Formats: sequence, C-alpha cells, structure tokens
Amino acid sequence: MAGKFFLIDTTRCTACRGCQVACQEWNKLPATKTQQTGSHQNPPNWNAVTYRVVRFAEHPAQKNYMNWLFFSDACRHCLNPPCKQEADTMVKNAIVIDKNGAVLYTKKTKKLVKNYQQIKDACPWSVPQLDKKKGILTKCHMCADRVSAGLLPACAKACPTGALNFGDEADIKKLAGERLAEAKKRFGDGAQILDSADVRAWYLVVEDLAKYYKSA
Amino acid sequence: MTNHWIDIQHSDCILVMGSNAAENHPISFKWVTKAMENGATLISVDPRFTRTSAKAHIYTALRSGTDIAFLGGMMNYIIKNKKYFEPYMANYTNASFIVGPKYSFADGLFSGYDAKKHKYDKSFWAFAKDEKGVPKRDLTMKDPRCVFQLMKKFYSRYTPEKVSAVTGTPVADLMKVYEAYAATGARDKTGTIMYAMGWTQHTVGVQNIRMMAMIQLVLGNMGRPGGGVNALRGESNVQGSTDHCLLFHIWPGYLGTPRASLPTLAAYNKKNTPKSNDPLSANWWQNKPKYMASFLKSMFGDKGDKANDFGYTWMPKIDDGVTYTWLDIFDEMYKGTIKGFFAWGQNPACSGANSNKTRQAMAKLDWLVNVNIFDNETAEFWKGPGMNPKAIKTEVFFLPCAVSVEKEGSITNSGRWMQWRYKAANPPMGTKPDGEIMVELFDKIRALYAKGGKFPEPIRNLRWDYAAGGKFDAHAVAKLINGYFEKDAEVKGKKYKKGDLVPSFAFLSADGATSSGNWLYCQSYNQSGNNAARRDLKDPTGMGLYPAWSWCWPVNRRILYNRASVDLMGKPWSPNKNILEWKDGKWVGDVPDGGWPPMDVNPAKTKRPFIMKPDGVGSVFGPGRADGPFPEHYEPLECPVDKNLFSSQRMNPVAPVYSTKADPHFTCDPRFPFVGTTYRVTEHWQTGVLTRWQPWLLECEPQLFVEMSLELAKLRGIKNGELCVVSSARGQVEAKAIVTGRFRPMEVQGAVVHEVGLPWCYGWVHPKDGGDSANLLTPSTGDPNTRIPETKAFMVNVVRKGGA
Repeated sequence: MAGKFFLIDTTRCTACRGCQVACQEWNKLPATKTQQTGSHQNPPNWNAVTYRVVRFAEHPAQKNYMNWLFFSDACRHCLNPPCKQEADTMVKNAIVIDKNGAVLYTKKTKKLVKNYQQIKDACPWSVPQLDKKKGILTKCHMCADRVSAGLLPACAKACPTGALNFGDEADIKKLAGERLAEAKKRFGDGAQILDSADVRAWYLVVEDLAKYYKSA
Repeated sequence: MTNHWIDIQHSDCILVMGSNAAENHPISFKWVTKAMENGATLISVDPRFTRTSAKAHIYTALRSGTDIAFLGGMMNYIIKNKKYFEPYMANYTNASFIVGPKYSFADGLFSGYDAKKHKYDKSFWAFAKDEKGVPKRDLTMKDPRCVFQLMKKFYSRYTPEKVSAVTGTPVADLMKVYEAYAATGARDKTGTIMYAMGWTQHTVGVQNIRMMAMIQLVLGNMGRPGGGVNALRGESNVQGSTDHCLLFHIWPGYLGTPRASLPTLAAYNKKNTPKSNDPLSANWWQNKPKYMASFLKSMFGDKGDKANDFGYTWMPKIDDGVTYTWLDIFDEMYKGTIKGFFAWGQNPACSGANSNKTRQAMAKLDWLVNVNIFDNETAEFWKGPGMNPKAIKTEVFFLPCAVSVEKEGSITNSGRWMQWRYKAANPPMGTKPDGEIMVELFDKIRALYAKGGKFPEPIRNLRWDYAAGGKFDAHAVAKLINGYFEKDAEVKGKKYKKGDLVPSFAFLSADGATSSGNWLYCQSYNQSGNNAARRDLKDPTGMGLYPAWSWCWPVNRRILYNRASVDLMGKPWSPNKNILEWKDGKWVGDVPDGGWPPMDVNPAKTKRPFIMKPDGVGSVFGPGRADGPFPEHYEPLECPVDKNLFSSQRMNPVAPVYSTKADPHFTCDPRFPFVGTTYRVTEHWQTGVLTRWQPWLLECEPQLFVEMSLELAKLRGIKNGELCVVSSARGQVEAKAIVTGRFRPMEVQGAVVHEVGLPWCYGWVHPKDGGDSANLLTPSTGDPNTRIPETKAFMVNVVRKGGA
C-alpha cells in the first residue's frame, strides 16, 4: 500500500479555516452565498464548490465547562472507494485512483449525473457532490496537480498548527503513532485513529465521533 | 513583544488573557502548540469560551473590565505563598526600593490627587533618596516602606472571595489559574502572557498590562526565553507604525513630542532627558539629545544647524496639558473645530468607538480625503444610515491606493523584526502606492509655499529626497531612517565621510554630525546593506533567535532585557533557558542589553539590566503613570454594579469622560442591563474593508452576530439564528443571535450578570445584508495614559427584532 496519506489531528485544530479557504483559492472555486444561522460553521456543509469544510460542535463538559470540537472534513480517499465501485458498474473509470492513491472524479463523470444520488449514497460520508453548472461530480482531489509536482496539498500547506498533515505512508504512520500516544496522555484512552485500514485520510479524535458532527 | 513569536515555544505556562490568539493570531498557535508539546500548560481567561479556550488546559471566565481584580488576586497569591523568584526580584526590580514619605493610598485614591482637575501630582510617589541622590534600598525587602512591603499590603486586599465577587470567576477557578501560573516563579520555569486589545481597550488599559508586567517581574520571567510581556499586535505593522510615531505624543523612536512651553532644543532636552545619580544605572535615555539632534537632521538636513537648533523651532509643538488622541480629534471634529481630515488607510466610520459620533463629526468637516483600497463607510459616510446627503457640506475625495503586495517596503512585526518585502505585482490602473501619493501631495504643497504663505520655513526647508527617477523610493526612506553621517567625522577611531550610513545608534551625536529618522532603527540599513532583507536561517544558540533573519530593533536584540536572564555571575538562571551567558570575559548568545560585565563579576563596571529605566531595574512600583504607581481595580464607565467592592471610587478617577450630546453613558441603568464587549473573528481584518469584499472569507462569517448564553436567550425569548437588536446609550445594531454555552451567566456581588459579545468587522456599504459596526454601541472614554477607547466593556440591551 504505497501512496500518500493525510493525518488530521483534531486535538491541534484551532478551526482557523486556513485549510477550507486555501482549498477554494487553489481550486479557484467560487464562494457560496451564506447567512449567519447561529453557528460559526459556514458554509453549513460541503457542496459542489466547497470540497473541505471545518465543522464546529460544542458540548457542555465537566472540565472547563465546555468542549468545542473542530473537524476539517473532506473526502477520505478510500483504499477501495465504494463510490468508484458503484460508478464502475455504470461508467467504467469515470472515477479513477492515481498513483498517489487520490480518488479522482474525471470528466467522464458527466455521464454519471443522473446516477449522482446512487454514488453519493454509496459513500459512508456522503462526500460526492454534483456541480450542476458544469454537469460533473466533484469533491476533494488531494490536490493531485500539486502533489504530482512535489508540493503539499493546499490545505496541508496552510495549516499553522500541524493539525492537517500529508505525506508518505511510513511518515504519516510514524506521526500518527506519536500523536496518538500524546493524545492518550492528555485525553485518555478514548483517543483513536479512525479507519486507518480503509482510507487515506486518518482522523485522530478524542471523543465519540458523533460529538464532532451529526452525520458522522 | 519583549520576546518574539518563536520564543513562545520555550514557555512552561502560557496565559492568554485579553486576547484570543487562536482566532486572531492563528499562526501564533504554531508556537503555542509547540510549547504544549514540550509540556507547557495553556490557560485561557476570557468572558467567552473561544477557540483559544477550546485548546486550553485551564479555562475560566471573568466579567469584562475586571482584569486587575483577577490579577491583583494572583499577586496576592504569589506573595502569600512565597512563589516569587526572590534573587531576581531583589536585584533586578525596584521591589527593594524605599518609597518616599509622601506616598500613601486610601479608599481607592493615591496621595497627590487633585479632585477638581481629576489629576495626580506624581511627585508624591517619588522614591526616598540618599545624600548622593541615589534611591534608597533594602535588599532584605523587610523595610515597611519598601516597594515589596507596600505591594504586599496593597494586594492583601485582593482576597479570592472578594476577587470572585467582582470578576464573577468562581474561587476554585481562580485558584487553579493562580497555582498554575505562579509555578513559573521556580528558577527553571518561565511563563508568558499573550495579550491584545482585550487589555488595552479599557479605562484601566495601561494598568491591566502593568499588573501583568509586575507579576512577570516578581516571578522572574522578564528577559528570559519563554517569558516576557507579549503584546499581540492587531495589524501586521502596528509595531512599525508605533515605532515611527503614529501617535501624537511621540516622535519616531519614542521621543516625546515637544510642548509649546519648550521653545528651544536645550529646554526640551533639559526637561525630557532623565537623570540618574546611581552608578549602577545605565540610564540609556541620557542619550536622548543625540537622538533628537539626529532626528531633526533627518527632517531638515543641511538647513538645520546648531545656530537654528537643527530646525527644532520649525517643528510643530503641542499645547501644554492638551491631548490630541483619536478620541480628542473626533470630539473636536464633532464640535466643528477641525476643517479637513485625511483618513489614510483607515475606516474611522466603523473602527473608532462611538461610531455615530464619528460619523456625525465627519459631517462637520469642509473636506475629507479617504485613501483606501476598497470603498468603505468613511468614504461613503454622507449617504450612510440616518444621513441626509443634501444637508452635508463635506467634500469627500477618495484616492484608491496600492495593496501591500503591490509595493516594496518593510513591516515590523509584533516581535520587533523589521522585515523587507518586495513588490509582487503592479498596482491596478489608477491606483498608487501611499508613498507616491505623499510625494506628489507634498511637491504640490511645497510649490504653493514657494510663493508665500504663513510660516513657510518648515515646508521649504524639509529634507525631501525620497524620490528616485521621479518616483517614491522605499530604499531612500529606509536609509534615512537608519541615518547618515552629515559631515566627515571620526568616531571610535574610525573615519566616516559625509553621506556614509551610520553603523548603529552608538555612533549618533548631538552636535549635528549625524542624521537618523529613528534612532531605534539605526543599524537596520548600513554599510552591510539592507539588514531587514536578510534571510539566513542559522541559529547559533539553538533557541530560535535566528539573528541573521531580517533585523530586529534595538541593535538586533531578539529578547529585551536579556541580561536579566542570567544570575549575578552572568550564568543563565537555569541551563534550559540559555539565550545569553558570560563566558571567558564576554557575552555569548543574543545581543546583550549593553555589554557591561555581570553584577558580581565586576561590581565597579557593571550596570543593571533594565537599561531603559532610570534606575536600571524593572518597575514593580511605577511612579510614572497617570493613575497611580500600583494598578487598582476600578469599574468601567458603564458597568452592572453600582459599587466598586474595593473602594468608594467607582471608576478610574483620572479617566477622560467626554460630554457632547453624542456621548451619553448610563451605568446600572435597567434599560441597558447586560455587559457588552467587542471582538474580532479570524476571517475579517479590522473593520473588514479588505475582507468583506473577499467572497471566501465572507462566506465563513457573512453577517454581524451577537453571542449570548442559553440562559439569556431564554430570558429574552431569543432563538438561535434569530435577528436581534442590540442597543446601548449611543446606538444600536441588528445582529443574528448565536445562542451558545460558550457564554455563561456570572455571579457578581451576589447577583446574576449576563454578558454578550459582537465583532466590529461589518459595515453598511458591503455586504448589504451584513449589518453595521458594533462600534455604534461603544463609548468614547478611555485610558487616562493613552486614551485608547473603552470598547471592551460597556452596557447594552438585547431583544429579538420585532419583539418586546
């Protein structure tokens, strides 16, 4: 299993949203017209022009009265992506995996527009989005263009605290081990790395996943 | 910052109070995170649970405007439990100094108070001196009139119970914070403070910061890695603009602005140059005449000489006893005494306290010039809410200017690093860099004065050689800021020619031989080139000082007062905190605060480490401030309690209060029952002039909001996301409710107090549904020393829009 991996260490995330905005900037994505609806999470969810969104969730807590959890959320880049499996039954290789392991939605997804809901439903996190303007499916592409040129994805490059990391498997594995040990020391045995056997975007969390966001 | 951003990593305990670093200084969290990785404790104290609080080991709330009570309690804890670092306190601070017999304190007032003028006579607070004029000391700190004993008595009044009743912070939380922070008094530990506008924008702003500086001094945290008093600046170049005299009371390099009663340079120097008879005090400001003469030479060049006081008489003087701060300018403008106004790179219609007053004041002008990147509420004030354009005579000119990346120059960051930046792109058609606008403007003014005019000498004689090929040249300005030899001279055995750049400020002279636009920056651009442009990553101490990356004032010293980081033999107080060491007869490490030998190595030649202070020591007792030598808790101008539990002085007796029709203020008024505060968000910059036009940032924070507790929302029948009206004695705004457990009701003097908060980054020009500035609510009062407005604590009402 070669290729590239993310480690998103939620214990270090300050929700500065550098990742969210850097993604839009690099990909030249238009902004979404939003409203203040009583939350700092905005846009309220990812959409066809928002590949990465930082989720905010607050809970009363024993220690320090509150717990405010941040979760920089985007495609997990599954090792065996169910979206691809589903799509391949309809249009072969509309969804491909590149040499780094990035799950990429090609122009051929134009032919999948009417199957959009099926493909979205196949994803455990409902990542796939339909860009109605362009008539294609979209989502995070691991900055395949940047990575193939030896650069970090825009999100990882922007992160000031080492919350969003990117690299080769061995390096990310080592980092994940260190960070998990650190997190266990501070937050107890509830600390865990999610789905590391199945995906390329590993999340280090210290609370029940459902606390980070409702649809988790 | 006395230290710098990278240095935060060396801290054992980081107190974030009066700031919200994770949101407003996001990159700083790189170093905070690093410190935590090394085992540091992070403490967040804030009325609202913020993104900083979310990362903290210890969080607790306090009521806005009660920081001195909170920290006074900490001082009491430190002294009572002997957590101070005694050898440091005794030798490097004035804790051992004997205070003169005229000093006293009773019921919230220090001696020397003039109740009619609302002013103190500070001579009442002078130290007792011996027959040689040297302050008397008791190194055992047992004399009842020594600073330590007076301070001990003063803060013994700040018991945890009383502090809790004032701040609303539970006693158990106070103790948690006090214990964690006081632990940095240990020899091998250091603690740091990260503060910002949450401390400065109060009627006790300066004393908030002094209180913390005192704590840092008694814990032995000043001058040491991982310590210091660190102001997180609100703009990337606030440090630079302050150094170069953005404010009325100083000239570049913190030289006091001359008053009209000082007609000659000699009179100015006599009045403003501090004296010390103490052989152990370097009293660095004794060099002030050299810096003054060099500054004047930078203004008038060859036209200034000894005979004409180097042009001192041509420089504007300010009247005695008058202040000319932001609040005063808009007060005078409101009264109609100011006719014209350049609002350059700013948006006063939203940024200043009491925006309604500011906006009405601008309507009294004959003309207003706004230089900005984007359209904004100041340029458009005449057609804003409540304005009748037909009734406004003010002629408004808007000059579009280049953005920072469209021009070359330097910025000075919070850590005092002067960093050179290059131009990345040409400005769009029709826009110009500020420097070019200024050069063109002055050329025009000078041409007009060539024909006559009143008092033309300053205009005609001004040194004005900043242009190269007809265009403003940032290098020419930077070189003059550093300074030149103005005639052939021999200094320290080396010969210099007229026109040579001055190597550093030790070469500046009072006789007109040198110029320097800012003595603090002398060395930034010299014979070795433009030092601000250096980008070398070597780190000889291994402590992240990076001495050849950019350039840092003064003389590339990365940590101020660094000779306090060593013991009396010149060895670091502890080996894990080594940035400077006396080795084999010389200093190794950072650029020392003066090269004198350590105090016990050579008592005859040594000088104390706090060289900018007249006595060479850190001021635990501060007799220079307008409102007293020890910080004392006073309530804000508007507050929810009618009694100050510490004294019968409800508010700071010397704080300015303005009294035009546009300055109403009500305290303890049932119409405005809730504490209000203002803050920023990560996504918007200042009033949002730059960022509200940036769609990716606007989508993150699209509209003005008001954050409130679940309990207050219930009390007012407000649901999350609903539109509310927030009002104060001075104005109102519409804001979307964020109902959150991150604000909690507080128990203050036995009653429940609610607090709400709003950001001040919105304005009516754009976006149309974004709301207006929270400064429509804030009062025009401020700190008596600085007159920074009190925008962090005031009283408001909140109702659902359309509701009762």
